[in-house]
Amino acid sequence: MEKLEDKLFTVRNKKDEGNPHIRVLDHTVCAEKCTGKYCNHFCPAGVYLWSPETAKTLVSYENCIECGACAIGCPFANIDCETPRGGFGVQFKFG
Amino acid sequence: MQDEKFDAIVVGAGPAGVAAAITMARAGLQVVILEKGEKPGSKNVMGGILYRHNLEEVVGEAWKEAPIERPMIEEQRWFMTDQAALRLLGHKNFRHREHPNSWSVLRARFDPWFASKAEEAGAFVINETVVENLVVKDGKVVGVATGREGDLFADVVIVCEGIGLGKRLLEKAGLKKPIRANQAAIAVKEIMALDPAKIEERFNCEPGEGCAVECFGASTMGRAGFMFIYTNQDTLSVGGGVLVSDYNGGVVRARDVGRVDHGVFSPNELMEHFKTHPAIKPLLEGAETVEYVAKMIPEAGYKSMPKLFGDGYLVCGDAAMMANPVHREGSNLAMASGRMAGETVIQAKELGDFSERTLSRYKGRVDNSFIGKDMRKYNDAVPLLEQNPEMLGKYPELLDRALDEFFRVDGVSKWEKQSRILKMFAKEGGVKMAWNTAKAAWTMK
Repeated sequence: MEKLEDKLFTVRNKKDEGNPHIRVLDHTVCAEKCTGKYCNHFCPAGVYLWSPETAKTLVSYENCIECGACAIGCPFANIDCETPRGGFGVQFKFG
Repeated sequence: MQDEKFDAIVVGAGPAGVAAAITMARAGLQVVILEKGEKPGSKNVMGGILYRHNLEEVVGEAWKEAPIERPMIEEQRWFMTDQAALRLLGHKNFRHREHPNSWSVLRARFDPWFASKAEEAGAFVINETVVENLVVKDGKVVGVATGREGDLFADVVIVCEGIGLGKRLLEKAGLKKPIRANQAAIAVKEIMALDPAKIEERFNCEPGEGCAVECFGASTMGRAGFMFIYTNQDTLSVGGGVLVSDYNGGVVRARDVGRVDHGVFSPNELMEHFKTHPAIKPLLEGAETVEYVAKMIPEAGYKSMPKLFGDGYLVCGDAAMMANPVHREGSNLAMASGRMAGETVIQAKELGDFSERTLSRYKGRVDNSFIGKDMRKYNDAVPLLEQNPEMLGKYPELLDRALDEFFRVDGVSKWEKQSRILKMFAKEGGVKMAWNTAKAAWTMK
């Protein structure tokens, strides 16, 4: 298995529909200051994708595997990531 | 539950929290553990090695019932280049058959068992409950605000929330500084299913016994960190990681943007780079990935640790940035610190005093134990590798070329080969390599 999307498919995730636990605080920071679009790379689950058309960072929060790196990896401290509500989010089978 | 007051509230049912709870509950204290997952272990991840000593200190002989995968009989350390793999160390130690030192473990299996020991001792475990804030009254932590159970109160709150997701409890309460991108690694891991007989054949193990392989150098594209394969019963744990800032090409803060850029890459790219190395690929042939996980790992030594105590609270394990990245230790520091926190609270209960002054004894215990000593010892280990990327990039390369020259039979005399090797080291490694090697030896001593 090589592709990230296939790997993410193995993760058991109790989705909290319509209740995103991750938020990009200010999309103009992504557009104007962040040349590297770092979150697009360092996130192990590929949650973040810069969309030039909409000038926004798209957030696939339902793919999040809850490592917490986004909060410290973004050099602009522009990502707010909270713990999903109790019992929601990833529930690992092996861990 | 609203009006009830506990002796202690433990945040998080990982190794630190459960060890603290077992210690306190056995002394008759009223203890509750709050866990955010469906059950203990549901959200918990580690590379996969657990140490007997620290587990036995908490549960005694019951370690024999723990749901482990395989005892680690052999430790291997490899130095890798893109063209070669150099097995620097292979220590097959048969003493571990009688007296196991460590095991491979899958946390979703181990943690529920460990938490059940806390319940047997009389602690309550409440699952699916996120602690959102510490409740602070007159500068003293008096309880926690939860997402589901409302506010809960206790004489002491033991924060074992792990390295944490998002705004951590202590950060929210202003009791800890945010972690920087060069103070923690992102490690990823795939659990890959493989027939036990094949595991034993490929890793040269007896049935039920295991081997830990850790690979430095090209395995992490030369960055500070390592990749690993740990043999489980019928799976392999394959993974590894580097500093968060390494994935960013060296960018830590906003002011680094545009100034440094060593190239960005993703954890999955790092993983595939390792899995497809010619020395690794045959070991994984036919193994099917059954889960993909990720976790941050504290890497920045003693100086990155937050204040461990205050009026009404203590901090243990990953939440306190306790890990020894040079020796891949973490869960054992967590368990030991949880036990020490529990012992401190038992004393505080006897004294009827949960003030900062009494709880500061916990820090004394930590500092005087292997935790404080090892955390101080390796304070500079990761920064040294971070600031001298040639150590895990160029030097393995030179060593590999020297061995290639040495072993290759091509009509050149051995005298000439030795002279070529020395010239190569002098030219490409130079004085800096000697100096760096000495520095590394000193830092990792």
